[in-house]
Amino acid sequence: MRRTFKAALGAEVAALALLAGLASAQAGSLKIESWRNDDADIWNSKIIPAFNKHYPDIKIEFAPSAPKEYNAALNARLDGGTAGDLITCRPFDASLALYQKHQLDSVDGIKGMDNFSDVAKAAWQTDDGKTTFCVPIASVIAGFIYNKEAFAKVGVSEPKTLDEFHAVLEKLKKDGTYVPLVMGTADQWEAATMGFQNIGPDSWKGETGRANLITGKEKLTDPQYVAAFKEIASWAPYLGSGFQAQTYADSQNLFSLGKGAIYAAGSWDISTFRGQAKFAMGAFPPPQPAGTTDCYISDHTDIAMGVNAASKNKEDAKKFLEWLTTPEFATIYTNALPGFFSLSKTPVKVEDDVAAAMVGWRQTCKSTIRNSYQILSRGTPNLENELWNVSAQVVNGKLTPEAAGKQLQDGLDKWYKPAK
Amino acid sequence: MPEPLSNITVQMPRAKLAGLLLFFLGPAVAIYSLFSIYPLVATMALSTYTSDPSGARSFVGLANFETLLGDALWSKPFWNALGNNLIFFAVHMCVQNPIGIALAGLLSLPGVRLKGFYRTVMFLPTMLSVVIVGFSWNLILSPLWGVAAGALKAVGLGSLFAPWLGLESSALVTLSLMSVWQFVGIPMMLIYAALLNIPEELIDAARVDGLGQFRIFFHIKLPLVLPTISLVSVLTFVANFNAFDLIYSVKGALAGPNFTTDILGTFFYRTFFGNQLQLGNPTMGAAVATVMFFIILLGLCLYLFLVQRRIRRYAF
Repeated sequence: MRRTFKAALGAEVAALALLAGLASAQAGSLKIESWRNDDADIWNSKIIPAFNKHYPDIKIEFAPSAPKEYNAALNARLDGGTAGDLITCRPFDASLALYQKHQLDSVDGIKGMDNFSDVAKAAWQTDDGKTTFCVPIASVIAGFIYNKEAFAKVGVSEPKTLDEFHAVLEKLKKDGTYVPLVMGTADQWEAATMGFQNIGPDSWKGETGRANLITGKEKLTDPQYVAAFKEIASWAPYLGSGFQAQTYADSQNLFSLGKGAIYAAGSWDISTFRGQAKFAMGAFPPPQPAGTTDCYISDHTDIAMGVNAASKNKEDAKKFLEWLTTPEFATIYTNALPGFFSLSKTPVKVEDDVAAAMVGWRQTCKSTIRNSYQILSRGTPNLENELWNVSAQVVNGKLTPEAAGKQLQDGLDKWYKPAK
Repeated sequence: MPEPLSNITVQMPRAKLAGLLLFFLGPAVAIYSLFSIYPLVATMALSTYTSDPSGARSFVGLANFETLLGDALWSKPFWNALGNNLIFFAVHMCVQNPIGIALAGLLSLPGVRLKGFYRTVMFLPTMLSVVIVGFSWNLILSPLWGVAAGALKAVGLGSLFAPWLGLESSALVTLSLMSVWQFVGIPMMLIYAALLNIPEELIDAARVDGLGQFRIFFHIKLPLVLPTISLVSVLTFVANFNAFDLIYSVKGALAGPNFTTDILGTFFYRTFFGNQLQLGNPTMGAAVATVMFFIILLGLCLYLFLVQRRIRRYAF
């Protein structure tokens, strides 16, 4: 009995040694951390094979986590030393914190970083803009996707101004076949991201307003911000019944089943709708307030990739990042994932018509990123959390637009002192 | 007077006795210390630190607790979460446990058919994953495709329907009732087992004295299972103040609308792990966890000193 136990132990030790040997033999392998578990297929069948055409010896494993858990799981793995070699970067502070903790390396030395504009890189730079720590991959654009059949039936066309927008909604409501505007407030972020940040940039003039908030020249109690809240408050009568309990998944289903007319959208929804919706779709940019000429869109830098500072295979990881800067990757990514638009300077031909329409707005309108993301969500209370909360309340009719602005500004004033 | 130790242990050499104790108790003590006591102490230790952006930690004593309870930015959400947690607990105590007792009472009646079937069916939800429970009830109550609206309309009560999960006034109670639905099997089973332990002679004697089933339950069975009911209450208390998963899976970490469904578990999660742009703050999170531990400890002490000691147990 004792001998067999010893023999088993010996075998186990041998097996462990073998495993350890295998692990070190695969020096040419890379593991990617990501929250895009929806895209695992595309990474495995399109992106990684395309990379392997250039570097057949580098084995890449795409290992995503669920979006909700990503930040927590990634931080735990980085602290425990078990994280992958390549880290998909959230924009701004989440990744900046990783860089400050020396868990991400600088990517300034990577060839091809000049393929990206300063705005594209801004989300993954130190506050002084001197060091970049992730290679920008894509941005997402907010706007409105609509059901062309619904518009044809009711006899309306794409609204250009807010007045036209309301007229369209009113007509759709009178007709009664479709839910005029699809958006729920149960998950809260819809109201903030696809409501406030979508319709608002026209009134706060995009990047100008965003910069002024950071320098303290503008306050969230100013009329341009209250106007955005007033606008989303006026949507309530056109939303589906019981929208207070309508989740994001409910909204997606409501629209893709053909029951809704207009969907307050992020471009990332396109691939979901392509798979499910049977009707023709179109997209229009956020309608403008009366009397404005310039238009602005929320073109939010959302996804990038960097190197784990503790990676044992940085050399190959850098080769992969270098490849991310090429037009080849930009083309594959943009077309495999319609709705995620490459941040590369090289123009990419987009085949999906809705995605092409949305990326086309970049030519006519000015891009801006969500105003709560840079610097302003660093303290307690967290501006982004507060924004989700008050936006949902404003749409629910529980908070006036003025009170919403005041709550946000009061929260910000508690910890944020703009540099004079 | 203490009972004398058995002869074997008395005659045993000291060293051998110690060895024997170590052999039998050692593994349990080691595992319990490693997986329960060590994390608890480590959490409390962590709550006395703070970290700077580079990740370096420094000792700050009780400053985290002062912030948590003294700074309105932290204390307001904290008291809100505690208040909601009390409501969550109250709903369980007022709905889950009485229903559990009633079901156990019905199941233990003589001559109930299909007992095994009912018992299993009522216990089934307890074994489901919280995510499934959350998802199913979300669908049932959905104003868009849920059956709840149609069912109410069918019995002429359509006007009573509201998007309960989305309204500030009803979201917390709705979630509590979902949790009640899931866990009602546990008090039912525990009390059912206790009821089965009551000797038949007692019941028979009561019947001979002319009592009906109803009075037998209230005057004989219920007093006899009171110790189990108090145990169930304490289990409910601990489970409710550690609850997190249902709220997180249905409402997310931000526990909307307007934090009306925020309980200590979700508040802790947000603090420790962060949310969207809010970065996790492990040291502050540890402080929240420590306060939660003391709240539960306080509840248990109250129970031990005020209730447990007064319970009279009957030996059959």
